[in-house]
Amino acid sequence: MADTLVRAAPVQATGPRRRTRTRPGPRSGIAYLLAAPSLAILLLGLGYPVYWQVITSLQEFGLAQQFGQPPEFIGLDNYARIFGEDDLWAVVVRSLLFCMVNALLTVGIGLALALLMRAVRPWVRIILQSCLLLAWAMPMVAAVTVWRWLFDWRTGVVNWLLVQVGFDGYAGHNWLAQPLSFFFVATVIIVWMSVPFVALSIFAGLTQVPDEVLEAARIDGAGAWQTLRHILVPMVRPVIAIVLLLQVIWDLRVFAQIRLLQDSGAPVSETNLLGNFIFELGIGRQDFAGAAAVSILVLVLTVLLSWPYVRSLMKELS
Amino acid sequence: MTAARTRRRVGRGALGALALLVAALWVFPVYWMVLSAVTPDAYLRTSTPSFLPTHFTTGNLEAVIGGSGFGTALRMSLAVTLVTVLAVLVFAFLAALAISRFEFRGRRSFVLAVLFVQMLPAEGLFIAQYKMLSTASLLNSVLGVSVLYTAAIVPFTIWMLRGFVASTPAELEEAAMVDGLSRFQAFLRITLPLLAPGLVASGVYAFLQAWNEFTVALVALPSESAQTLPLWLRTFLAASVNRGVNWAEVMAASSLLAVPVIIFFLAVQNRMTSGLVSGAVKG
Repeated sequence: MADTLVRAAPVQATGPRRRTRTRPGPRSGIAYLLAAPSLAILLLGLGYPVYWQVITSLQEFGLAQQFGQPPEFIGLDNYARIFGEDDLWAVVVRSLLFCMVNALLTVGIGLALALLMRAVRPWVRIILQSCLLLAWAMPMVAAVTVWRWLFDWRTGVVNWLLVQVGFDGYAGHNWLAQPLSFFFVATVIIVWMSVPFVALSIFAGLTQVPDEVLEAARIDGAGAWQTLRHILVPMVRPVIAIVLLLQVIWDLRVFAQIRLLQDSGAPVSETNLLGNFIFELGIGRQDFAGAAAVSILVLVLTVLLSWPYVRSLMKELS
Repeated sequence: MTAARTRRRVGRGALGALALLVAALWVFPVYWMVLSAVTPDAYLRTSTPSFLPTHFTTGNLEAVIGGSGFGTALRMSLAVTLVTVLAVLVFAFLAALAISRFEFRGRRSFVLAVLFVQMLPAEGLFIAQYKMLSTASLLNSVLGVSVLYTAAIVPFTIWMLRGFVASTPAELEEAAMVDGLSRFQAFLRITLPLLAPGLVASGVYAFLQAWNEFTVALVALPSESAQTLPLWLRTFLAASVNRGVNWAEVMAASSLLAVPVIIFFLAVQNRMTSGLVSGAVKG
């Protein structure tokens, strides 16, 4: 839910350039005044933390510094120390894998549902859209809580259903105790939460494919599959590209869902993703320098990944 | 010809059935949350779950609302959300005016910065934010967490409002000024009413973000007495994990967090997403 309406934004990327009427010249003093409060809060809430992290990641920040010693500049030692640990690399690989699997699954299922919406009667489509919206509207913490109840080892619906269809081994199966099935549950939750946005965005793109084009394809004898492959999918490719990019960015930063699922007693060190690793390092073990170094890695990755998205948004600004 | 049509109709029927199945699958967790919330816990512990509301009760909800923590967390959530929404609206509105109505040096860089910081993940910043608040003695305070929320929400809101301001013609305002109104009066009477839908949409967006937020709250509000509702829900569940979870009450707690948001979301969603999505896609 945290991303509810941010998730409505990317489609703007495919939008038209709107001519903005701007007044040139002498009144720019007022413009600075108007932008000042936002600029101030951004510098305070985001700018200063980034600055602090860069500085801290280059300093010795141990117990002595906790008690007021001035920090010592040690260059890239923190980076060398943290990136020399196998722990971190295990987390990085796990995060990247998790991110890719989730992003691809989400966009794949989202595309399939968008095409399904296009193929069915309006009343069926409205039911499907409403159900997706309900899932989309769920606050993240409430969603994870419900899924924990569904996957509950004793009286959860999932185990009950599996036993009903013949998998007796799942009676009392604890999904969250093993890393692999833990990530399976996490993937189910994240895909469930993210698909509505992707499906509705791609569907919005599909509705823009002109009827004449589809008509022409039919007259030329194109079958359903050919129409799909050569007309529909290529025409919504820009939307697909943007939602895929956003999913990659968002799934790289999965933290809260993992943290909440770990509460059930999952093996923490084997289920941590990047965000959880930073949290544990910084707030758990008070290794602020190391946590700052890993945070910088996350920020750099995000900025690199965001670049195409931001560029496509900038096009809108004339 | 008729054979093809029949085949198409059958195919459509099968797809329709599939779509309804998917719809049921997607909505089930929401339904199950609400159903469990109004079912006595004893009936949730049976070996065969019941999928219909056969034993309706409001007992779980009453227990949760009357229980310790809910009132405090609700007040905290309301305070943080209110402060954040107001700050976001004022700041973002002014900045949106600046970038869509004025040409100034650094405008492009400002927009670029706004778009980039909107992508920054809380997970890449929360260690520094935690240190910052603890140094300023603002951990567990409404002010501290509101500053972080405002900074996180303002960028997207500026972008959203920019679209609304840009589509409000400045000519109308100028015409009113020719008719003798001052710039401020013209703005107040002509432009502001046209921007109302945009402000409502931005306010709702900020509300949903602040109300549901978990990650930043986790680091900024470590004390149990300063928890917002999402943190409280987590504690509520965690407290009972070791002695067998009372899922009926946990689902009642989840529903108390989620149902107002869902209603709010659905009430305004149509206007908001149709403005954002289809308006943008259509071109």
